[in-house]
Amino acid sequence: MFRFEILPAGDSALHVQLPPRIDPLQNAWCIALARSIDQSLGRSVRDVVVGYCTVTAYFDPLFIDAVWLEHQIREIAMAIDDVEDREGGLIEVPVCYGGEFGPDLEDVARFGGRPEEDVIAIHSGTLYRVYLIGFVPGFAYLAEVDRRIAAPRRPSPRAAVPPGSVAIAGAQTGVYPSATPGGWNIIGRTPIRPYDPSRREPFLFKPGDRVRFSSITAGEFANAS
Amino acid sequence: MASLTVIRPGMLSTVQDLGRWGLQGSGVPVAGPMDPYSHRLANRVAGNDDDAAALEITLIGPELQADSDVVCAVAGAQFAITVDNVPAPMYAAFVLPAGARLRFGNRPVGARATLAVQGGLDVEAPFGSRATSLISGIGPFGGRPLMAGDVLPVGQPRPARGWTRSASRSGPIPLAVPRGGTRLRVIRGPHELMFTAGAYETLFESRYVVTASSNRMGYRLDGPPLEHAGVADILSDATPIGSIQVPGSGRPILLMADRQTTGGYPRIATVITADIPLAGQLAPGDWIAFSPCGRAAAIEALAAQRARLEGHPR
Repeated sequence: MFRFEILPAGDSALHVQLPPRIDPLQNAWCIALARSIDQSLGRSVRDVVVGYCTVTAYFDPLFIDAVWLEHQIREIAMAIDDVEDREGGLIEVPVCYGGEFGPDLEDVARFGGRPEEDVIAIHSGTLYRVYLIGFVPGFAYLAEVDRRIAAPRRPSPRAAVPPGSVAIAGAQTGVYPSATPGGWNIIGRTPIRPYDPSRREPFLFKPGDRVRFSSITAGEFANAS
Repeated sequence: MASLTVIRPGMLSTVQDLGRWGLQGSGVPVAGPMDPYSHRLANRVAGNDDDAAALEITLIGPELQADSDVVCAVAGAQFAITVDNVPAPMYAAFVLPAGARLRFGNRPVGARATLAVQGGLDVEAPFGSRATSLISGIGPFGGRPLMAGDVLPVGQPRPARGWTRSASRSGPIPLAVPRGGTRLRVIRGPHELMFTAGAYETLFESRYVVTASSNRMGYRLDGPPLEHAGVADILSDATPIGSIQVPGSGRPILLMADRQTTGGYPRIATVITADIPLAGQLAPGDWIAFSPCGRAAAIEALAAQRARLEGHPR
């Protein structure tokens, strides 16, 4: 059981807020709560979104009374037993680090005061957890990045980041699914597509999954693309 | 099947229904109309359900040609509309005859209009919706704005039901489209404690201006900066329409229909649902004044607005 409060996010959404920290168990509880809301209140709620330490439920205020919904969500939340953080699959993501694919690898190395090879070894040597999907279709917020390579966001974002770019921003890392503006430090590129509408399952990641990056050569990248 | 051919697309014309709900948890934006009131109204006048796909037209309207008779209705920004150079009405159904051209001319007031056609636009519906999300490239025509040469299929009119709507006293009442700016009511939060009391005074006592860096995702606003009580970052969470997020610069951003599903900036307040249509009618250079509102008053305002849509003002 975690401490939470329920806040209005406007007149059409309720926001379940847990203490703001990156915590696997808290996030696993949020995933469980979102699933329960979906199962129990699916007809009353039109979207449920998991954040790092939040669950947001969207509803139509002309048909659903916010006070009633808040009460229902509180009851559901109280009924969630202690969760374990062991759900989700393991997804391997091969990355060609550095060079033209990773223009910010040098900056991340400088941030930690260690060679680029160390950045690669540390980034690919850490098992990450998917905390939430957001921003654009299929973008997974992965944490937690080792402090030695946790370089902050860039001062000004790039206008367009190539799809498949693997990037770091503080404690978070992720894979850009599509060409979007982006302010994270780009350290490499993967041939894997987090979002592919032609796939039977268009979204590769879901909250609770584990992700491990592995280093591949430019030749292997070309063969896999 | 009847269809409309795009002769000139206008500045930014997109197909929209009431949005792609249920996939925000996978990062898929809701999208949908910037002015949902006028979207519903145009559809009702055309004889459709509120959720039917219609064309959202921005600032400079398109020119369209019908290949067979199509019943049309327009609501929202006041465009000068013509059918083969003969003026056509807003807020009333009219026939666009086969071969005739529908043109959108001068626009003295408002930013966006909805063109609904009887039967709805029968375009593809990826993930169950015909809304166009430009940010994610999801929707009909690959999630892009219309281009010259695009063909918009028109669906079958919905079958007559065994009952009819109760006759309205006044007919549907158009949105009072703002001229040059508007007041928007907001509910505080959800990150109220991340701002100083002074930030709320500033928010409620200042005028903000919609800058040129504004689009269907959101409006970047110019005006007095809003002060954070501490850091200007949050751990990313969901971002409803109407959220006013405040990055480190203190300059607020009003999130609109094609907003991303989650964000990492604290949100000082959220525009009430009833005032989203007004916000959707703003263009760069227009002003916004924010005023506080409670949740009960917000829902009362929405119910009253829906009554006006029914033609039963309270």
